Amino acid sequence: MIPAAFDYHRPASLDDAVKLLAQYGDEARVVAGGHSLIPMMKLRLAQPGHLVDLQDIAALKGIKDTGAGFEIGAMTTQREIIQSAALTAACPILKEAAEQIADPQIRYCGTLGGNVANGDPGNDMPAIMLALDAVYLAKGPAGTRELKARDFYESAYATKLKEGEILTTIRIPKPPAGHGSAYVKQKRKIGDYATAAAAVVLTMSGGKCASAAVSLTNVGDTALFAAAAGAALVGSSLDQAAIDKAVQAAVGIAQPSKDTRGPVDFRKSVAGVMVRRAIEAAAKRAR
Amino acid sequence: MAKMHVKMTVNGGEVEALAEPRTLLIHFLREQLSLTGPHVGCDTSHCGACTVDLDGKSVKSCTVFVAQANGASVTTIEGIANADGTLHVLQEMFREHHGLQCGFCTPGMITRAYRLLQENPNPTETEIRYGISGNLCRCTGYQNIVKAIRAAADQLSGKKEAAE
Repeated sequence: MIPAAFDYHRPASLDDAVKLLAQYGDEARVVAGGHSLIPMMKLRLAQPGHLVDLQDIAALKGIKDTGAGFEIGAMTTQREIIQSAALTAACPILKEAAEQIADPQIRYCGTLGGNVANGDPGNDMPAIMLALDAVYLAKGPAGTRELKARDFYESAYATKLKEGEILTTIRIPKPPAGHGSAYVKQKRKIGDYATAAAAVVLTMSGGKCASAAVSLTNVGDTALFAAAAGAALVGSSLDQAAIDKAVQAAVGIAQPSKDTRGPVDFRKSVAGVMVRRAIEAAAKRAR
Repeated sequence: MAKMHVKMTVNGGEVEALAEPRTLLIHFLREQLSLTGPHVGCDTSHCGACTVDLDGKSVKSCTVFVAQANGASVTTIEGIANADGTLHVLQEMFREHHGLQCGFCTPGMITRAYRLLQENPNPTETEIRYGISGNLCRCTGYQNIVKAIRAAADQLSGKKEAAE
């Protein structure tokens, strides 16, 4: 499979990258780890005339602890997330999710920025960002904008990112110490997207659930934030009745398509099981 | 489209060539450099037969453009053996423990195992299986591959202790 020809650019700075995108318009695509874009190019489903490789831009790399949260450069790889002791200590769901993405080779290349900006409902990190209430920074010719992850996803491959903008940074608020979280994913094999997956981040206070965020992967056009599922847990002791209600609320917003992973009813059912397991795991981990 | 000037270190030697940016690294290695150790298996970044080491990372060279690898250091299975031409311990252990049948996945498998042991010199069986989960073998059922990697880890750590 040979992709269509393109001109290759490797800018050394973010400003240069933004200029290249302005210059070439919809002919240009940025490439981060490349493991979503290059397969599409090999199938000629994507045929950019200009490929802007972000690998030399130092400003897009690194994990910064800001006290209240983390600022993660978009070019940070899944492997670097797995290896960051600081991230894992404060926000273990990032490592748990990254370890379930694709396979070792792909985790060396695949980036957090690519995963969240691509808009593929099969990508795992968008659901994590919804659960954590992350904010994305996007830089374009007019400057930098802040975009809430919970408002970012419009439909499959369609996001609030405008033509000419580059997603540069992922800002994650630290969940309170003692929170419990889990990302539970059903997949047919290594390297497959989820049949369904669920992320849960919750806090407990005096035996009652004080806050809860629930989100879903690959059972809709985008990752889904299940606000009603979270609300069903808050105030409860995470008893069976509350969990049943949350599962029902989450499954209620799932709209998976029938595909090789199974028929619609099956995938909804799996989504429910994932939500239940994620709540139970997060509850066990919460203090 | 114009060809670009590509320069990289491959198996320890400097390589310069002209290539179209869209050339995949696997095709550049196999067709321009005649390094046919890494194989094209699935051509869809699933099977791992094309695995090479790129700047200390295992990558699937069917999913990297040669342009992206410009300036990098690449090691293929041809560069794994010792400088004197004797086999690397991993290669020896794959032979010893019969870690292959048809052999098609073996270059990728060994190149991946090489990086795995660099990062984790004493992996458990679970860690080995997780570490090679991006490499498919359709013959062996993996049992002897895991054994071979574990045996290589033992030999390599034994050697290190003996040298100290």
